[in-house]
Amino acid sequence: MTTKLFGERVERREDRRLLTGIGRFTDDLGHDAAQAAFVRSDFAHARIRDIDVSGALDVEGVLGVYTHDDLQGGFAERLPLLIPHRDLKAPRTQYALARDELCYAGEVIAMVVASDRYIAEDAAQAIRVEYEELPVVVDLEQAVGAGPLTHSDAADNIGAHVSEMKGDVEIALASAPHVFKWRFRPERSASMPMEGRAVFARYDAGQDTLEVYDSTQAPTGIRAGLAELFELDWDRVHVIAPDVGGGFGVKVMQFYPEEVLVPWASRQLGMPVKWTEDRREHFIGSNQERGQIHEVRVGVDAEGRILALDVRFLHDTGAYCPYGLIVPIITAAQLPGPYRLSNYRYSFWSVFTNTVPVSPYRGAGRPQAVFVMERVIEHVARELGLDSLDVRRRNFIQPDEFPYDVGVSWQDGGPTVYDSGDYPSGFQLLLDSIGLDRARQQQAEARAEGRLVGLGVGCYVEGTGIGPYEGATISILPDGTVSAATGLSTQGQGHETIFAQIVADELGVPLERVSVTTGDTRRIGFGVGTFASRSAVVAGHAMLRAARSLRDQTARLASTTLEVAVEDLVFEAGAVHVRGVPEKSVPLARLTLVSNPLRYAYGRDARLAAELAQRAYAKADRPLPEGSRPGLSALEYYSPAAGVFGYGMHAALVEVDRRTCNLRILRYVIVHDCGRIINPLIVDGQVLGGLAQGIGGAFYERIHYSPEGQIQNASFMDFLIPYATEIPPVELHHLETPSPRNELGVKGVGEAGTIPVPAVIANGLSDALGVAIDHVPLSPEEIFQLLHPEPK
Amino acid sequence: MSVRVRSELQRVTLTVNGAAHELEVEPRWLLSDVLRHQLGLTGTHVGCEHGVCGCCTVLADGRPARSCLMFALQAEGLEIQTVEGLASADGTLHPLQEAFRRHHGLQCGFCTPGFLIAALPFYRTAEGMSDQELREALAGQLCRCTGYAGILQAVRAASRIEGERSQA
Repeated sequence: MTTKLFGERVERREDRRLLTGIGRFTDDLGHDAAQAAFVRSDFAHARIRDIDVSGALDVEGVLGVYTHDDLQGGFAERLPLLIPHRDLKAPRTQYALARDELCYAGEVIAMVVASDRYIAEDAAQAIRVEYEELPVVVDLEQAVGAGPLTHSDAADNIGAHVSEMKGDVEIALASAPHVFKWRFRPERSASMPMEGRAVFARYDAGQDTLEVYDSTQAPTGIRAGLAELFELDWDRVHVIAPDVGGGFGVKVMQFYPEEVLVPWASRQLGMPVKWTEDRREHFIGSNQERGQIHEVRVGVDAEGRILALDVRFLHDTGAYCPYGLIVPIITAAQLPGPYRLSNYRYSFWSVFTNTVPVSPYRGAGRPQAVFVMERVIEHVARELGLDSLDVRRRNFIQPDEFPYDVGVSWQDGGPTVYDSGDYPSGFQLLLDSIGLDRARQQQAEARAEGRLVGLGVGCYVEGTGIGPYEGATISILPDGTVSAATGLSTQGQGHETIFAQIVADELGVPLERVSVTTGDTRRIGFGVGTFASRSAVVAGHAMLRAARSLRDQTARLASTTLEVAVEDLVFEAGAVHVRGVPEKSVPLARLTLVSNPLRYAYGRDARLAAELAQRAYAKADRPLPEGSRPGLSALEYYSPAAGVFGYGMHAALVEVDRRTCNLRILRYVIVHDCGRIINPLIVDGQVLGGLAQGIGGAFYERIHYSPEGQIQNASFMDFLIPYATEIPPVELHHLETPSPRNELGVKGVGEAGTIPVPAVIANGLSDALGVAIDHVPLSPEEIFQLLHPEPK
Repeated sequence: MSVRVRSELQRVTLTVNGAAHELEVEPRWLLSDVLRHQLGLTGTHVGCEHGVCGCCTVLADGRPARSCLMFALQAEGLEIQTVEGLASADGTLHPLQEAFRRHHGLQCGFCTPGFLIAALPFYRTAEGMSDQELREALAGQLCRCTGYAGILQAVRAASRIEGERSQA
């Protein structure tokens, strides 16, 4: 009997190669390739007066030195605006190599290609750039006020203004018993995968083909874009995301300058060219996120029921907005979270500043949204003398209210309609798990000893599994193994395992007999990418459909071979069996042979196929019946009509050390619901990994810009990613409310763990210190200031 | 006029995973680069090039060292051990590797070789360590994917796996 693999805690298929050091990350390839290095802007805002490359050209081993003047056609134009939006009135993207104006420190000015990286870097240092400095704007409020222009030819710094309303906020506020106004400020952070970006390109002049290995979350998009730029057919351009050392959003951005320039240089020079980002380059040249300023007006009744919420926020999009308005739209749509808001209005302004461009980082606008909403809940409770837990309970959307329409647009352009969930039960489970009475007693005892201990809670809803689509191609190979591929790429999510689980169940084969390839356009050219917690949902269902189609095809063939009706066939243990007649069966391997009549008996098994062809001819039949094709394979796509919405709630007991002002997390409890779980091992890993990033975002990781637009902490010595010592042991509980919107009942999980953490920690610290907290990330220095306010 | 930035190549003998390699290297070449691009041992990864992330950790005479902070020339005479030397020749995973697989101690796998190597000198004593001690012992390595939970479990479990094997 084949056990069902869906839902099982199976070990990962991808682990062996990664554990033994034979995984293949982009920089593990192309040891003999020429290497690129880049000259990047020293200033956050400047005009290029002159570039003198002669010093670089003189360096022995240099193969090419390029500036914007060397680029032609599409390569000389601005990089694409990936996601246009009707309200994005003044979009701005950068050139692959800057043309005249530099709008952030780190913007690429020139490229050097040399025989090795050491020489390329030396040569890059020999390039002299003469700058004319321009006024810099970093602060968001200055940018919308009297501050300098990010782009000197623009009318202002506002790329877009978007507003939507559900109900009528003004009327509701006018009649609300209590109206409060607060301000919140989540600050800039970054994804920081352990592997930076990397591109290795091989242009073959003889074949006129381009093959690119790219540490990207979206190889299909890179392929389509490169094909257009190079004016090559899709068939002549292939992009492969091999093993990718983490992404967390930063690698979904398509066309970073280097992704265009490295392939271009390979064609210019007629040789393979590689570039591997170093950590400093990653800080100044790879996208960031999170900076926003919110002003909130809330109207509540005496019990803390929210009658109206009016949110106006500035969204920092950095110097350019290649990713459109996705991040602020998500912030706006997810801000209500699990709470019923009958009257809700948001207005946001997407604002340019002279900083590294902004595109999604794990959570993508949601950590900010949850921080704002959960701080509002706490503030309301305090103003009205209520228990904030009760305030949450009173405002939860109830289980019988699904599907629930939030009333504003979702990031895909459709409405934001939650599919399923049970927020009150999740919340109760959270409080039961942390042992509310005991936790509060523990807190009271600690306080009596003079310790600063606080309880923080935060709830969120996460829209996942958006379209437009993903595809899957699956074949049964002559040895009976199953080979599956999907277009999206993998950065540690265990796709090779969960997709294999789905396929193995459908075809009745052991897990070890299924191999999965992701992110290789040579296998499947259509696909979208790994982002928005969408892979398990969208590619998972593409896999399900392709496996089912393959099963139907195989069953028809087996039905002829075994001379029984299709309905009487069972797929099990790598063979097709006749129900109730265990001895009557045919292995999948044999069926692939039967499906493929041969002229040449190239091997032992193929002799059978050659005989089959001869037998058919002897009977004057076609060896391949009309309407059939050789081999067993299927290609299917899945396109969801709408996203699916997971949710969760976290609680933390935190302590502040009075002397060091450091944060200590005494307990951390997570309740999480992503619908049906394909593999608990992997879901746990996603949530716990997300939590660690959330803790970073709550207390350690802030990209600190000087007023001149220089990042002050562009190294791991100063931008503090938590080590194991900063992460507490965690209690993790799952609920499984299936999504009614898809067959497997699954929802995405990739970003979930990160989303509420800054809110939870901030709420806990606020409780511990007895002060309002209006921004994240915090730091010991700020805790000190909160504990020792300057006398007014 | 051609400017030469390359230095004279120098001979060095690197002993890596028990095998001696005669190489010619520039004095400024990092050990991490030579391991990866001269010897093709790409299991040692480079995550920050300033000695903080620990992805490039190797053992030098049995002690963890950042190969991104060492010149290849400095490794002359040292026994260097990398992740490629952990599994047996027949493909059997080292108990640490097996433990990482069982306990989901890796996701993208980029930091993993550094963690395995960093844990190698002390994993036999890990079972008896307190949670805090074990966290401190691994606090030279950054992981951005796992939140460390699976890694801590794995390092703690490795000696037990080793024990099971020796009894089998």
